[in-house]
Amino acid sequence: MTPAQLFSRGLSALVTLIGVMVIVFILVRVVPGDPVAMMIAPGASEADVLALRAFYGLDLPIWKQFFVWFGQVLQGNFGTSISLKQNVMTVILGRLPATLELAAFALVMAVVWGTFVALLSTSLRHTLFEKLIDNLNGIMLAVPDFIWGLTFVLVLGVLLPILPISGRSDPSIDAGLSTQFYILEGLLRGKILFVWDVLKHMLLPGLTMAFPFAAVIGRVLKNTMMEVMVQDYIVLARIKGLSSLRILLQEALRNAAVPALALTGVQFTFLIGGTVITERIFSYPGVGNLAIDAVINRDLPLIQGLVLTFGVIFIAVNMLVDAMTAWLNPRLRHA
Amino acid sequence: MPKDLRIWLGGGFILLLLLAAVFAPLLSPYDPLEQDLLIATMGPGLEPGRHLGTDSLGRDVLSRLIYACRIALTVAFVSATLACVLGTVLGLLAGYFGGWWDTVISRLIDIWMAFPPVLLSILLVAVLGSGIHSVIAAIVVIDWTRFARVVRAEAKQQARLEYVEAATALGMGRGAILLREILPNVIPVIVVLLSLEMGIAVIVEAILSFVGLSVSTDAPTWGGMIAEGRQIIHQAWWVLVFPLATLFLTVLAFNQLGDGLRQWLDPMLKR
Repeated sequence: MTPAQLFSRGLSALVTLIGVMVIVFILVRVVPGDPVAMMIAPGASEADVLALRAFYGLDLPIWKQFFVWFGQVLQGNFGTSISLKQNVMTVILGRLPATLELAAFALVMAVVWGTFVALLSTSLRHTLFEKLIDNLNGIMLAVPDFIWGLTFVLVLGVLLPILPISGRSDPSIDAGLSTQFYILEGLLRGKILFVWDVLKHMLLPGLTMAFPFAAVIGRVLKNTMMEVMVQDYIVLARIKGLSSLRILLQEALRNAAVPALALTGVQFTFLIGGTVITERIFSYPGVGNLAIDAVINRDLPLIQGLVLTFGVIFIAVNMLVDAMTAWLNPRLRHA
Repeated sequence: MPKDLRIWLGGGFILLLLLAAVFAPLLSPYDPLEQDLLIATMGPGLEPGRHLGTDSLGRDVLSRLIYACRIALTVAFVSATLACVLGTVLGLLAGYFGGWWDTVISRLIDIWMAFPPVLLSILLVAVLGSGIHSVIAAIVVIDWTRFARVVRAEAKQQARLEYVEAATALGMGRGAILLREILPNVIPVIVVLLSLEMGIAVIVEAILSFVGLSVSTDAPTWGGMIAEGRQIIHQAWWVLVFPLATLFLTVLAFNQLGDGLRQWLDPMLKR
């Protein structure tokens, strides 16, 4: 991307983010109930109420309140969580690594599985197996992650109890880590057993999120590859005597990767959204589970912080995917 | 008559659920709220008359399953219909009138779709509070774009066809053309979307009641039953399995009905 394009991308991301902030601000202010009325003791005088209003800045015009709030948020100050009595930023940063590791794990599984399915289905094209694989893929796509997750709990957690179905790691293992990035830090410190345990805990929630995602990648990749396979340069590669596996990997997959990647970006934001319900099903201590608790407790400062955190992640992912698509596709690089 | 088996099976199952919801008091063997701690977490058939077992408070799983159809189907029909009406009106306006209408509505759809649904639903439920009204409102506010996008494209395409030109030549007003000529031709698409949307609404309601943000906790919902079953999964699998299977079949039925209708109605569009 040219610097000018990069600048305009950044600008539009900024506009989106400010839009999210405005919506959050408006919605939270719309919430019924006067915060001051809930704070004061019964029998307080009119002057007391006014003083309290002035103290919290609630006597300012609404646009001034917005700028004060905006300035606080830019400094990372979201206030104090009502239900947890801790700084909102501290709470979120403590939970975020768990979600990021889970989402990354699910992404890797989905990409590997989706690519494998697409390659298999393309190489078996015009056979009965192609239909079979495509139909199985269709089922994976049609069933929502909520049902997949609970089915995994039932089948692999209870019926055949081979995998843990709640939490992030076995509490009896004390790895003595200093950050919340269990996998990353565990690997760096060489605590293989601990990492193995964390991975086992992530497998079912990861699969839950990866399943529908893998099916989408598989379908798009396969459709694009089928289009590529009838192109002249594939025929040429065949005439040159390249093996069909090599044609599939080197020619078809490489050319089909760009549209699939663009779609992966869009779908990845859905996957991050999917962490909310998946973490709930598997009692996984990430931001998704935190978000549900925040809504149940109507913990508005925490909800604000979480929505903005999700917003920043979504925007960052979209920008990253845009950049990667441009980098992979020479036609877009200078367009 | 459609020959597609998917329409009959999907539609039949939904009809069955509808009957169960309407005649719930006649069909369910017990009061869904009645507790009997003496027979708590009894497996299916262990206690005479409790065909699908009891939950941790000794409530009858089958009766709760039947009563839960009411909330599931209410949310499905009401929210999908409202989203459909809102999306169709905006889609028709944008697609047929074009110009300024199209610019504003299309931009609105773009902005809406850029906002991840999870964020929006968290915010909405946080602001509106939990309850069946919030669930319906959240689904309508989030999913109207599904209808608006498709109806807009379809109306735009229809507006270019000869029959619209003919109607204009006959002196029909734009509003009349929209309602009497274009709308009937867009209806097949809308019907398909409506069926698919109901499947989505059933899942969303189940998820929200699973996390405890839908109706109050004692009213039976599939999601609420699943949540309880998840907690006592090692003692009583049936509390989770039966509502989960029902939910799965319901979603499948709406999807199959939608897909079947799509294929059945498509040749009619082309004819």
